[in-house]
Amino acid sequence: MKECGSLSDFCDTSLEDDAVVGPDSPLQHLLLCCAGRPDTALHLSIEMGPRAAAGLLCGSCVLSSFVLPLVGSTQGKEDERGHRVLGFLVRETWVGSPRCLDSRKPQLLLAYILYRDMVRSDLILPNGGTPAGTSSPASSSSLLNRLQLDDDIDGETRDLFVTVDDPKKHVCTMETYITYRITTKSTRAEFDLPEYSVRRRYQDFDWLRSKLEESQPTHLIPPLPEKFVVKGVVDRFSEEFVETRRKALDKFLKRITDHPVLSFNEHFNVFLTAKDLNAYRKQGIALLTRVGESVKHVTGGYKLRSRPLEFAAIGEYLDTFALKLGTIDRIAQRIIKEEIEYLVELREYGPVYSTWSALEGELAEPLEGVSACIGNCSTALEELTDDMTEDFLPVLREYILYSDSMKSVLKKRDQVQAEYEAKLEAVALRKEDRPKVPAEVEKCQDRVECFNADLKADMERWQNNKRQDFRQLLMGLADKNIQYYEKCLMAWESIIPLLQEKQEGK
Amino acid sequence: MEQAPPDPERQLQPASLEPLGRPDDDDLEAAVSEEAEGAQEEGSGVDTMTENNFSLKKIEISVSEAEKRTGRNAVNMQETYTAYLIETRSVEHADGQSVLTDSLWRRYSEFELLRNYLLVCYPHIVVPPLPEKRAEFVWHKLSADNMDPDFVERRRIGLENFLLRVASHPILCRDKIFYLFLTQEGNWKETVNETGFQLKADSRLKALNATFRVKNPDKRFTELKHYSDELQSVVSHLLRVRARVADRLYGVYKVHGNYGRVFSEWSAIEKEMGDGLQSAGHHMDVYASSIDDILEDEEHYADQLKEYLFYAEALRAVCRKHELMQYDLETAAQDLASKKQQCEELATGTVRTFSLKGMTTKLFGQEAPEQREARIKVLEEQISEGEQQLKSKNTEGREFVKNAWADIERFKEQKNRDLKEALISYAVMQISMCRKGIQVWTNAKECFSKM
Repeated sequence: MKECGSLSDFCDTSLEDDAVVGPDSPLQHLLLCCAGRPDTALHLSIEMGPRAAAGLLCGSCVLSSFVLPLVGSTQGKEDERGHRVLGFLVRETWVGSPRCLDSRKPQLLLAYILYRDMVRSDLILPNGGTPAGTSSPASSSSLLNRLQLDDDIDGETRDLFVTVDDPKKHVCTMETYITYRITTKSTRAEFDLPEYSVRRRYQDFDWLRSKLEESQPTHLIPPLPEKFVVKGVVDRFSEEFVETRRKALDKFLKRITDHPVLSFNEHFNVFLTAKDLNAYRKQGIALLTRVGESVKHVTGGYKLRSRPLEFAAIGEYLDTFALKLGTIDRIAQRIIKEEIEYLVELREYGPVYSTWSALEGELAEPLEGVSACIGNCSTALEELTDDMTEDFLPVLREYILYSDSMKSVLKKRDQVQAEYEAKLEAVALRKEDRPKVPAEVEKCQDRVECFNADLKADMERWQNNKRQDFRQLLMGLADKNIQYYEKCLMAWESIIPLLQEKQEGK
Repeated sequence: MEQAPPDPERQLQPASLEPLGRPDDDDLEAAVSEEAEGAQEEGSGVDTMTENNFSLKKIEISVSEAEKRTGRNAVNMQETYTAYLIETRSVEHADGQSVLTDSLWRRYSEFELLRNYLLVCYPHIVVPPLPEKRAEFVWHKLSADNMDPDFVERRRIGLENFLLRVASHPILCRDKIFYLFLTQEGNWKETVNETGFQLKADSRLKALNATFRVKNPDKRFTELKHYSDELQSVVSHLLRVRARVADRLYGVYKVHGNYGRVFSEWSAIEKEMGDGLQSAGHHMDVYASSIDDILEDEEHYADQLKEYLFYAEALRAVCRKHELMQYDLETAAQDLASKKQQCEELATGTVRTFSLKGMTTKLFGQEAPEQREARIKVLEEQISEGEQQLKSKNTEGREFVKNAWADIERFKEQKNRDLKEALISYAVMQISMCRKGIQVWTNAKECFSKM
């Protein structure tokens, strides 16, 4: 068994294509060593063939079946080994897409493993000290059991923090607009400074999103809040609107930050750091990833033979999902409308008790009390409707936009697959090339596999995030209603003694 | 409060009873039940009433049933109307058992007749009002149809309330016609009409005119009339807005029911989120359907307010009566004064004021002394008659003011008590509604947390 030497021994290790990587492999040793060193970041460059790379994504390659057990299963959940852990791995370590198309330079930054992610502070190795002697599968699994991997990265394991705040209005001769401050804190190597603070306007976000769509077509890009607002109906500069938009923009950037591939995108980096974004934009530097480049050139016009079941299912799901969300949006709007009309009546109702109170002697105080009470309930109701409008509806709409953009990515995937199928078929007809599949068709196949892998991984993460987001959103809805009723309850309970007061005195 | 002429054998228990219509009052709950015979418990409108032979009895009155009937009306046309069963029970002191003594059916028009009779015969009393003839201040879900079962039910309660108020009034409870109303089914109408009370009724025109020409009304009554006008106006406004509020609130709750349906549909495509969504949807359904009971309870509150809206009218009537009497008095006094003057003029032969007689005298010469004497004599008779009348009118007027004001004081106290009770029960209803709301949303939140 090889002793664990210095970490530098393992950097830039080259592994053979599809090498079987077993329990005694250098990689395992490496990772075990890493497990004992909480503060070291490690880059592994591994040369891998395209298929292996794609396989890693799908959890089917031998390497992944090695690495994954080591990294561990998530706590308390079904161990869908491939995907779940892969999700973690991808999230934490993925830098750039697998460059599976240019066999001359199969540089693949695979395991950008951050110890802080693998090892939690409470992890104690079975023998204490270096894990050199603990390379047997048994101890790997005991390592596993100690590892607690949450779905979320919490503060201590993240290395990139982005916040949107401080909206400011700018008045120029040509136009008036709002900018937001984007604060970035990061320890990643891609950032020259540990901290950045820039100002961006909506246009810039829009630009970023298009760039991301262009350069990462195989991934799901989070949605932006709606671009156009009907002038005159909505006040673009009102506090409520600006705040709602700020929250949505913040969410947008955080979603990108959380994404293991998108967060390393060059455009994103520039967006966060450049002093003058406009200059950069004008330069028109195309920083497309290879995948982006290749997928961009996929032409449409190919007819899809058969969609893989899982993507068909995703498509159907998204259709129904968007439909249901649309219905919920309409219901919520209706409720708000009814509540506002109720509020209007309440605002007339309360003061009538006041008017009555002025006529009376003994009843004056009780009636005035009722009037004030109804006034308090009115205020509480207004707060409820405001919250609903500002917090509930926008998130709902965001998800509708999200599923729309996801559907277009699905379409793109279909096209890529269709092209591959068409080319394959064309080849099949040309008998000369029978025994060997031409490089071009192979490229297509790889494209398809990459796309599928990226999409599946993103879908999974999306599903998880969706679940959490909706859980939070709906619990928030319930909370707001509870708070409303609690305010009203308090108001009415407090006047009971007032109403009863003189009663007893009589 | 007016004291009855001392009579050791009579016992009055006025005003300590609260009539029906308040959900909190346990005593009266039983009387509100819809069960007919046998379901009546102790406590509905307990009061004493005397019969002609002054025996002490406690009486319970209830309007226990309502029934649709068809019959022929005055012009021999078929009509549908509702009849109400009035049951009277006497409670024996000894064992507290109640025995059904009388039971008869009356329709709304007979109640009206009774009330009109009381209005005319007791003009100084603030006579309890009847429940509304037609449904007013309805919000959309409530029916404005007089035959609607909910309306009939609320009217039944209102009629019972009316009888209890009359029975608990120290003066009205002793009225013979009222007693007969409860006990004599047939011929009651004829008996009432035979009293000739309609003749005593003031003509409406006269009643209206009086307001404009009274020189010296009792200030308290003027203020009170003003108050009753304002009260009517503010309470009707309140009832109108409340009906709109109820309408809107209904809308808010019902729309939430749509969440139930869509959550259910959505849960079908979700794996992990499905259960949480589905059960939350169920709670939304519960929420939506809870509004029906809530608003039904609130109608009760509206009815209590309505009673006092109508009471304001009764209050106004007493004030008007005073004005009428005062007007009568002033007219009589004026008449007397002018007659006295005439007499004086005739006697002294001076014509100070213009009169036809004076003119003709001037034109055609003085009349003969015998004629003059005759006329003076007639005038003097009229004057002495007039003075007596004036005196009795004055006494009447003062009596009226004294008695009326006593009843008004009684009424004020009753009103303050009742309305405070009503406000308290309204607050309690609101509290209950808030608690239900918190409960439902807390349940929903828990379901969401399990998503």
